[in-house]
Formats: sequence, C-alpha cells, structure tokens
Amino acid sequence: MKLAVPKECRPGERRVALTPENVSRLIKMGFTVAVEHDAGAGASFDDHDYLAAGAEIVADTRQIWQTGDVLLKVQPPAPHPALGVHEADLIREGGTLVSFLYPGKNKDIIDKLAARKATAIAVDQIPRITRAQKMDALSSMANIAGYRAVVEAASFYGRFFTGQMTAAGRVPPAKVLVIGAGVAGLAAIGAARGMGAIVRAFDTRPTVKEQVKSMGAEFIELNVEEDGEGAGGYAKEMSPAFIKAEMAMFLAQAKEVDIIITTALIPNRPAPILITEEMVKAMKKGSVIVDLAAENGGNCALTEPGNVVERYGVHILGYTDLPSRLAPTASLLFGNNLTHLLADLGGASHFHLDLADEVVRGALVLRNGELLWPPPPRPPVVLPPDLKVPTAKVPVPHPKHEKKGGGVAGPVLALLATAGLVGLGLVAPPAFLSHLTVFALACIVGWQVVWNVTPALHTPLMSVTNAISGIIVIGGMLQVSGPPSSTIVMLGGAAILLASINIAGGFLVTQRMLKMFRK
Amino acid sequence: MTTIPETLVTIAYLVAGLLFIFSLGGLSAQESARRGNVFGMVGMLIAVLVTTFGPRVTSYTVLTGALVTGGAIGAALASRVGMTSMPQMVAILHSFVGAAAVLVGLATALDHSVRLYGAEATIHEVEIALGIFVGAITFTGSVVAYGKLQGLIGSKPLLLPGRHLINLIAFLGCLYLGFLFITYGDYFPPLWPLLAITGVACLLGILLVMAIGGADMPVVVSMLNSYSGWAAAAAGFMLENDLLIITGALVGSSGAILSYIMCRAMNRSFLSVILGGFGAEEGAAPAAGAQPAGEVKSITAEETAELLREAKSVIVVPGYGLAVAQAQHPLYELTQILRDRGVEVRFAIHPVAGRLPGHMNVLLAEARVPYDIVFEMEEVNEDFPDTDVAIVIGANDIVNPGALDDPSSPIYGMPILEVWKAKTCIVSKRGMASGYAGVDNPLFYKQNTRMLFGDAKQTVVKLIAELKTALSH
Repeated sequence: MKLAVPKECRPGERRVALTPENVSRLIKMGFTVAVEHDAGAGASFDDHDYLAAGAEIVADTRQIWQTGDVLLKVQPPAPHPALGVHEADLIREGGTLVSFLYPGKNKDIIDKLAARKATAIAVDQIPRITRAQKMDALSSMANIAGYRAVVEAASFYGRFFTGQMTAAGRVPPAKVLVIGAGVAGLAAIGAARGMGAIVRAFDTRPTVKEQVKSMGAEFIELNVEEDGEGAGGYAKEMSPAFIKAEMAMFLAQAKEVDIIITTALIPNRPAPILITEEMVKAMKKGSVIVDLAAENGGNCALTEPGNVVERYGVHILGYTDLPSRLAPTASLLFGNNLTHLLADLGGASHFHLDLADEVVRGALVLRNGELLWPPPPRPPVVLPPDLKVPTAKVPVPHPKHEKKGGGVAGPVLALLATAGLVGLGLVAPPAFLSHLTVFALACIVGWQVVWNVTPALHTPLMSVTNAISGIIVIGGMLQVSGPPSSTIVMLGGAAILLASINIAGGFLVTQRMLKMFRK
Repeated sequence: MTTIPETLVTIAYLVAGLLFIFSLGGLSAQESARRGNVFGMVGMLIAVLVTTFGPRVTSYTVLTGALVTGGAIGAALASRVGMTSMPQMVAILHSFVGAAAVLVGLATALDHSVRLYGAEATIHEVEIALGIFVGAITFTGSVVAYGKLQGLIGSKPLLLPGRHLINLIAFLGCLYLGFLFITYGDYFPPLWPLLAITGVACLLGILLVMAIGGADMPVVVSMLNSYSGWAAAAAGFMLENDLLIITGALVGSSGAILSYIMCRAMNRSFLSVILGGFGAEEGAAPAAGAQPAGEVKSITAEETAELLREAKSVIVVPGYGLAVAQAQHPLYELTQILRDRGVEVRFAIHPVAGRLPGHMNVLLAEARVPYDIVFEMEEVNEDFPDTDVAIVIGANDIVNPGALDDPSSPIYGMPILEVWKAKTCIVSKRGMASGYAGVDNPLFYKQNTRMLFGDAKQTVVKLIAELKTALSH
C-alpha cells in the first residue's frame, strides 16, 4: 500500500505531512512511501533525508497524486498555482485522502472529491476522546500556535517579558492576558510564564481553572454562575448576562495588560468578538494583541486575518499560519498524528475503515464518493485534559449515595411543615412560641458558627460542646429547692452531680488539649 | 441570702448564651481557640451563679454538695485522661448529659406545683416525654460507645436478625407510651408511662450503637454529641428556660454538622451509618478471589532509614494504629531529625482517621508537632506525586486504592489519601490484617509499596536509631 506526500501548494505553507522520521516508521509498518520533490523544503527536510528514510522521490505533481493509494496532506486540497487545476481533481478515481478538510466550510472541495469517488478522512474531525488523543492533529497544531503566538507577540512588544532589577534601574514585568484556555491558550500561558511574564487567563468553562493554575497563571473569574462547557469539552455560546459581565472584565483588563492573546472558538460558528475597538483604544501604546481565531473571523474587531495592523498604537496580529511558522516541529507532530492514525486503521496489511469505530466514523467524510459527514450525534463526552499539561488532572467522579425520592419529598415535607406550624400557631400558648423562636434561631446560629470550625479542632469542639451541654445543670438546680427528702430533690441533685462532672471535665480537658496546639 | 431579681437572671442568661456562641466561634482558628474555651467557662460560671442566687432556688445544701462533688470528679477525670483515650472520655461525658436529661425530665413530671391546662399542658407533656426519650437513648448509646472505644465490648457490629424490626417496634412503643402519657386526661398523669419510655429508649440506645462497627465510631460519637444537645434543648422547653434551649440548639447543630462531615468523608449516608453494619450489609465480604495481584514486599528499618536520608520531601499519614501504639512522640522526634536535615516533612490527616473527628490532630498536638505542618486531605492529596516518601503509620482503609477503582469494595467512593502516587510508599503495620472495614488493601501489593512490619512505636524508635547512626557517619 503506497502513501503519497505531495508538496503543499498553498502560498506560505511550510509544513509537510510526513517527516523523514515518520517515513521510516511507516515503512516498518509495511507501507511504501512516495514524497514529492522538495515537499519538505519549507520544514528543513530535503529529498536526501527522505531517500535515506526509505521513501521514493517523485518529481511530477500529477504523478504523485495519481500513484498514491493514500494521499497525506496538511492543508485541504486547493487550486494548484503552477498546474492551474484543483488538487481535488488530481486524485485518482477511488483514491484516499487524509488531511485537514473542515468539511463544514469546504463543501466545494468535498463535492469535487466525491466526483472522483474518493475516500476522504478529515483529521480535524477526529473526535476528542481519550483513545484518539495521539491522533488529534488539531491539538498538536493548537499547542504550537499557542507557543508561537507568544513568540510573535514578544517580537512586536518593545519591552522585556520578565521583570528585572538592573544596575541601571528597574524594569517591570509584562502582563499577559490569555482568553480561552484550550490547548492553544494553555500553551500560550506556559510559554509566556516561561519568559517571565505575569499571566492571567479567562475561560467560560470553570473546569479548566485547575489546568490554568497548574500552568502558573491566575484564573480570572466572573461572578456569574454559568458553565460554558458544551459537548465534547468545547466551549458553547453564553447568555447575554454572562457576556455583559465578561465584556466589562475585558475592558478593565485591557487597560492594565500589555499583551492579549485570544483563542476563543466555538465549534461551527464564527469566532465571537471579545475585544472591541473601544478596548483596543483603552490599551497602552505599544501593546500587542495576537488573535489566534483570525482564521474564523477573529476575536478582535480590528483583526485583519493574515496580516499585522497597528491601530491606536496597538499591534494586532492576525496570523493564520502560526503552526506553519514553526514548520519542522509542526510537521513532526502532524506526521506523528497521521502515523498513529494509520496504525489505528490497521497498518499496511490490515488497512480497513471500520464504521463501528468511533474515531473512524467521526473523521470519515467520504467513502468511495459517498458522503458520510456529519456522523450521527454521540452522547457528550467529558474531554480529558490536554497532552501538554503535565499536572492537569482528570477529576475522578466519586459515586455519591443517592438521596432517595428527593424530587417529591421536598415539596411534601415543606407542605407538612407548613401545616404543622399553622396548627401549632393556632393552639400553642405564646410562651411556648417565643421559646420555639429562640430555639430555631439558636439552631441557625449554631449551624453557621460551627461550619467555621477548622477540622483540626473537631475534637476540642466536641469536648467544649460537651461541657456547654452540661448547662442542663440549671435544670437540676431549679428542682432542688423542695424538702431534702423528696424524690424531686433527689432526682435534681443527681442531675446536678452528673452535669457538673461534664462541665468541669469538658472545659478542663479542652483547655489541656488546646494548650498542646502550637505553631 | 439576697436573691437576684428574675429580670436580671434573664439578662445574665442572655450574656451566658452569647458567650457560648463566642466560645464555639473561637474554635474557628487555632489562635483564638483558647480564648473561646475561656468564654465558655465564663458563660457557664455566670449561668450557674445567677441560677444559684436567683429567685427560684431557696435551698443550697443538696445543690452545693452535688456541684462540688461533680466538679471534683470531672476535674479528676480531665486531668488523668490520655490523649489517645479522648474518644472514650467524650463518649462517657455524653452519657452524663443524657442521664441528667432523663432525671430532669422525671423530676419535672413529678413537680405538681404548676398547673397547666389544655394545649399548654399537652405541649408540656410532649416536651417531657421527648426529653426523656432522647436523653435515655443518649445515655445508653454513649455508654455502649464508651465500652466499644475502651475495648470492653467487641468493636465488631452486633447484627441481630431483624434488628430493624426490633428498633422500629421499640420506637413505635415509645410513641405509644408517650401518647398514653399525654392523653391520660388527669391534670397530673401517672409516672409509669415515662418510666416505661425510659426503659425502652435505653434498650433502643444499646441496640442502635451495638450494631455500629468500630470504623464508624467518629460518626456515632458526633451523633451522640448532637443528641445530648437536643436533650438539653428539650429540658429547656419543659422548664421554660431560654438558656437551656439556646445551648441545647448550639450543641445539637454542632454535633449534627460533625456527623454530616464525617459521613461525607466516608461517602456514606447518615442513615446507613446509624442503622449499622459496615460492609456486612452487602452480604458476603469481598470474595477471596478478589485478592489483588502482585506481591507484598517488606523492608527493614535500616533500608527505610536509608530511603529517608535520601528523601527531599516526606508525607506522614497517621491512623488509629498510631494512637494505639502511642507512637506520636517518637514520630515527632523522627520528624525533627528529618527537618533538621532540610527534608520537608508534612502530615496528612484524613477526616475519619482515628475514632473521633480531629483525633489525629489532637494526638500530634500532644507530641508538640507544629500545626502548620499538619494538613487536611484536600490540602495535601495533590502533592503526593512530588513526594519522595509517603509513610503510612497505623492507617489502612483511608489509604485503600480500592475505594477509587473497585466498585465491589464496601468503601468504594470514599475519598482517600493517594499515598501510592509518592515515589515510595512505606506502610508501617503490625501484620497483614485488614482494617475495620474488613477489606483487603491493594495498596500493599503496589509496585512502589514497601511493608515495614512491627509495632508502630518500636518501628519508629528503630528508625530514629538507624537514622542517627547513618547520620553520624
């Protein structure tokens, strides 16, 4: 089975689908590999490297598209500038293509491929489940984009990232705000922290707070209760109230921070505008905004996708090719993702597209020209945190005992309690009711006070409450004033005796214990 | 003797009530805790003094005698008790409150000096019956808890066949007797229904606590703490005394919160604890086939000392076994040796370690371990992966990984200290016996676990000796 790697034809694209290292691994798995002449040049791999790894070098573009059983590419097929044809028309009848495809917005490409009776696997559609993490090219690229965003920001920012005390004077550290703590956001946090900046991050999904903190950034929280986590761990759209609070926070932050990196994307929608013109105006001169959502319209209102613009003294970077700017690493990770995918599909000997496999079903757009996308919906899956976060943890859900019949019991109990209180109010004497008031209030006071007790002091708490409950001594004391021989007096006396053991014992033992606690 | 007017007594009671609230509030932090205890004592002193010199007390012989005797006994108990036997001490003190509540209730029922009519009389009688019922359960329940903690009664749960039915019958019986007492019709109903309630409730208290296993003792003790509060509150209602009501409510809710916290720490519902039978409820204990894979690797004190010498960070997880062996003092000496060498030593306390909420903290405090190196489970659990050595001393169920990954384990779902995530985990234990929950512990079979067999105290002492010789070289 022959894999073919054409040279990427999109202007400025420097990545290549396989590196020589990937090639030799795939050959070990039984594939044969053909690579177009100069395909790896942009990523610093030349033809000799591929030859040494065991690949065949093909000079002719049409030939490589025609001979490969499986075409491996980074970018979706596009009109080829040198040949004047669309790449999708070059694939041989019944051939297979693996690349980024974004079928949601590239219907024309899919149609062209379908006309060729091709099979198409979109690596961007691989579901984000644990098993598929090793094939998740979107995460690989997002990680690189996040890192590169910081590097680009640094090159436009005229100051140090890290604060320094030099003999010549003090330099303050840069403040970086990262919006959206997905893979790219976390990578950006890590890179900016590594360079010494003060980093804050915001995300609509509270579950990522821990990951943000683990990367060393401060997590900004809004006082609005809403979870922004949608299906598959991606973000969803938020309510107007939330967005209002969010925008106010962004404006306040814009005045303060030097660099904003936005990574907010909602699946299958244009990127939300988070940084308005007003906020750009509010930023300090010399600040930098890097908009990682530029390809989908941008998170900043002033972003020009693909370009750098300067507005109100702020550089706004709308690069859409950040992974390509780190071509060797991006190619290596992308190639690794493809290698894992090909291994998962059965390697060269058992190559098979199993529709029952969740990963295959998700990524398979066309099978011999038949449109299979979008796949039937799956139940939402909690996304395990990303590859690049060493300390991120998957929260282990602890099975809790179910409260039985909580749904109905609540209202019924409330009704019964109301009825009981009304009944009591009708018959009970006023004195009793005032005692009841005192009792209810005291319960609530006790409840509030005791929750504040630190767990380390739970034993002293018990012994002191014990001593205090010796207050029942008063009950006995009120009863011992009859003739000494009467039963009441004897009972009362015994009660006093027992209760006073409690009082003395409880307080003294508490005192003893508390004396031991020391710093 | 001059008497204080009733209004002044009421104000004094108010002050005492506030002082009690401040007292509990003081326990929110170590720094203010001692002041809190003093507030409590002052409050109690005020309450006792104004009652003594108040208008309703006219004879002082019995009163003074009983107060002084009781106070002396209490003081003697408090000065003798060891920190390891705090659970027993607390339990027996609860029983006194319970018994006092019963006595006050009976005395109130005998007191015919106040005549009440209609609803007022009914409410009064309900209060008496309720106070006696709660008091009696608290009394015998606490005595049994004391017996179990002291080792006088076996700690295994006593599961009578049909015990739920027996308990239900006893409860309904008390209800019926109470009903008889209240609806007797006469102005002064006879005493026998009350005495019968006392008897049945005493029995119920015994049955309830007998059925609860040793591992659940923290919940039982805090639950009885709560009951003793409610008993005091009920006494307050029958005597129309707001101070008793306030105090009872404070103590009652305090105990309730503690029980709730303990149950949450064990991931069990309150009902399943008080109805008894830990693990045994699910029928057969985990099958013998569920024996964890792997082998148990033991380690000597010398090798452990070697490990500790190389370690940079150490977390110690103490359990009830530490209390039993009285190993807290040598343990702190070991800690100091390591800290002097620049090793970061911390203690991790599981919420249900020991037999009383906060028991381990008290023990460590007794050994003069500074409280800023003692951490709660949530504070420290994430740090195990960065820890070189985790030392488990006398703990078992609270470090059992089965609680996380084995749904068939009776303790499944209970949050635990994840000690096996440390580079090496040393478990000091007398033998391979399982913990209170009767569950085998897969921790012992983990790749990086080493068993240090022997009595906890002797083991720690040996470790100190080994470390000292190793360091002197």
